[in-house]
Amino acid sequence: MQDDDNMNEKGSGLSRRNFLKVSGISLSVPLVMGHRVIKVSGAEVKVFGPGKVPIQLTINGKNLAAQVEPRVTLLDALRNELDITGAKRVCDRGTCGACTMIVDGKPVYACSVLAIEAQGKSITTVEGLMQGDTLHPVQQAFIDNDAQQCGFCTPGFVVASKAFLDKNPNPTPEQVLKGLGGNLCRCGTYVGVRAAVAQAAQKGGRRNG
Amino acid sequence: MAEYKWPDADKRTFIGKRISRIDGPQKVSGRAKYSFDVNRPGMLFGKIVRSPHAHAKVKSIDTSVIEKWPGVKAIHVVAEPGTELYWAGASVVALAAVDEPTAEDAMRAIKVEYEVLPHLVIDTDTKSAGEFAKQANENKVGDPDKGFSEAEVTMEGSYGLPVITHCCLESHGSVMQWDGDNVLANLSTQAVSGSVAQIARPLGIPATSVRVQQDHIGGGFGSKFGPDEWDITAARLSKKAGGKPVKMFNPRDAELMVAGARPSDYAKIKIGVKKDGTLTAWESQSWGSGGIGGGGSPPIPYIFNIPNQRKQHTNIVNHIGSARAWRAPNHPQAAALTMTALEDAAAAINMDPYDFFLKNIELTGQRAQIYADELKIAADMIEWKKNWHPRGDKTPGYMKRGLGLSIHTWGGLGHASDCDLTIQPDGSVELKMGTQDLGTGTRTALDIIVADTLGIPMNAVKISIGDSRFPTSGPSGGSTTIGGISASSRRASLDALDELFAKAAPSLDAKPEDLEAVGGTIRVKGNPSKSLTWAQACSKLGAIPITVRGKNAPGGNLISQGVGGAQMADVSVDIETGVVRINKIVAVQDCGLVINVKTAESQVYGALIMGVCYALYEEKIMDAKTGKMLNPNMEFYKLAGIADIGELKVHMMTGKGYDERGVIGLGEPPVVSPGAVISNAVANAIGVRVPYLPLTPDRVLAALEKKGGNNARI
Repeated sequence: MQDDDNMNEKGSGLSRRNFLKVSGISLSVPLVMGHRVIKVSGAEVKVFGPGKVPIQLTINGKNLAAQVEPRVTLLDALRNELDITGAKRVCDRGTCGACTMIVDGKPVYACSVLAIEAQGKSITTVEGLMQGDTLHPVQQAFIDNDAQQCGFCTPGFVVASKAFLDKNPNPTPEQVLKGLGGNLCRCGTYVGVRAAVAQAAQKGGRRNG
Repeated sequence: MAEYKWPDADKRTFIGKRISRIDGPQKVSGRAKYSFDVNRPGMLFGKIVRSPHAHAKVKSIDTSVIEKWPGVKAIHVVAEPGTELYWAGASVVALAAVDEPTAEDAMRAIKVEYEVLPHLVIDTDTKSAGEFAKQANENKVGDPDKGFSEAEVTMEGSYGLPVITHCCLESHGSVMQWDGDNVLANLSTQAVSGSVAQIARPLGIPATSVRVQQDHIGGGFGSKFGPDEWDITAARLSKKAGGKPVKMFNPRDAELMVAGARPSDYAKIKIGVKKDGTLTAWESQSWGSGGIGGGGSPPIPYIFNIPNQRKQHTNIVNHIGSARAWRAPNHPQAAALTMTALEDAAAAINMDPYDFFLKNIELTGQRAQIYADELKIAADMIEWKKNWHPRGDKTPGYMKRGLGLSIHTWGGLGHASDCDLTIQPDGSVELKMGTQDLGTGTRTALDIIVADTLGIPMNAVKISIGDSRFPTSGPSGGSTTIGGISASSRRASLDALDELFAKAAPSLDAKPEDLEAVGGTIRVKGNPSKSLTWAQACSKLGAIPITVRGKNAPGGNLISQGVGGAQMADVSVDIETGVVRINKIVAVQDCGLVINVKTAESQVYGALIMGVCYALYEEKIMDAKTGKMLNPNMEFYKLAGIADIGELKVHMMTGKGYDERGVIGLGEPPVVSPGAVISNAVANAIGVRVPYLPLTPDRVLAALEKKGGNNARI
């Protein structure tokens, strides 16, 4: 688990100084659920907690509700509160990519995003890539090229590959190496991943947008 | 009675082909449930307070604050006051709480006092280890003095590689539920069947009350052969919490500190050689560590049985998380010590190491011809004769290129394995086995074997594994799984088919022994017109299914053991920055009959990549003063990324001469050589040996500055 300061700094876009001011204010108000809005340095800032707050997340097109403490990450909220477990918690500090999700079109490390800050955004997880029983071309390419062994890094790799191909539909091999450098595998499936991304690019990894 | 052998090459439908893994769709869609993904109603989250000291005694534990917290449902003291702790990260006290934030807060509210004791965590020097260094007796082969006197050149050098960790992406842990008399363990394990008794014993309950389940495992590599103390603790917490399930998985820092260390090994080596390349003598003083239980004992000189040897090994007992088996225990170390020293010996007599290895290939014993064949193929793949140059790339510029080679071996005999194969009257088929799929493709291999044997499509067979209630099968370690499970499943399939033939024969007006199962039919050999569909044949069973127990029993020629393997690397080294880049690595590997070429190749690619990791990046860095691991995370405990591995090429030795050996395990052997081939390629590129792995820029630059640690003496 990251220390709270670190997470808030990364996640909220507040400067550390302003964050400290905010937390100072929020601690002085009574314990209520949900967030309040206060003014800090002329800007309106949402204040959550302390204690659990109700949140609403839009995951794979569905609105889901949970109660989490403000410090809980998007990853942990999905895994522990909503039983959406495709994304994995491995390094838990934004290094390995096993928790990759697509938030408003961009791949993010869900271990480094607070659940409260993901509200109102469109979140796609690996569970959301299939259309009915049909695998996304990226998923099919991972199977065809055996781009998986134990499979624990695979959901993150699949989602990162999908997001990468959305932005780079016809990547060069060099672009693939750079674009997928944010995901780590321990079994050593990179040869398969390279081939899978090349195959999915040819077949059009953008099928599902 | 069926004859237990594999079908001839022209009769194989799935065996030996390239088959996509059957659990691929689950894994790519996030539907595959690992033990870490198990969520149950009312589940609690377990956390452990760990020792910050490398060596200490627990003086006192105060949990009084959290005992009043409504969110904390159970507390269990693992190390009572007075207990001695032998590494930083050792468990002291555990708790289970309603959610992770509460559990985290509760950990911080527990007060533990320690009496700090002296520690040792550094292993690069036996002298400073003092009483922690345990020297073994000298081991002599032949007449080393005579061997060195016959040598025309004596090469001396230092070699070694540090402790590394397994760094499984799914950390060690479990969801444990002790409900009433029974314990249900969703464990992350390489040993589904073998963990039951290991859970029952410390809990003091009959093993019949324990069930282990695991659908998928996120990496093990030798570090997950049974429950850990924290899994047992999770079960105790569950009982204390009234039977609520407790999820207890290591956070990443603990995972790297305590859940697996590959022992280090270092050696000062002297090799005697004649100018024509004849090896005459070996001498080594080696040492290594792997925690309080000591380190390993690598078999050196590796593979090459040099006629005269003098060897002494020192085991350093120290205060790091305990050693565990790591893919091919002792062999990567042995290769990294031996194949590098041999390459230095070749350089000392200005001989191409490829010629040098072939010159001495008879010293490798019974697999000499296999090694020679594999080295030749590898040399073609990397264009050795075209690209190799004498030590030190003399071309101008700061990028230096070089080639290196190595060979390796492993056993890989199949372990004990039982399975039950059921053919239902409606034609559906299920195989049940208490094995596990580590990502090697075990499920897929079973499906291939059953479907091929019964002559039905793979999707007509249900493969059920990962439950200790299924017939017992061995732990997945030492490349023993594929041999074990292929023998038992082939035998079960053949025996079940015999029973089915007996039931179907009257309808075909034939004898059971004249029938065969091909293409979804049961038909008379040599008379395909006399046939029943699979479904028709199975309907002859009436109401009662056939269930046959298959065993990996002695006899037959389904499996054997002992493989070779050759690898070569092509690297570039930037002598201004010390950065090593992999251009290409080729691997030539035999493993007898290959069940699934696709997943077999994946094993070898994976091994090469894991090899790049430990050759260039991985090291468990310990702080001498505090005794703590300095890089218990994934930004500073480095693994190779997708851009770091160069071009990899794998060639599997299959077909005549190999298939007849039956099935042999594959997981370990290809991970043995990469450290040596990369080190040798770097030495060939820059002209000096970088003595110790990983070949980080600082080590490369230091070796260049000193003109290398190893100088030949003539």
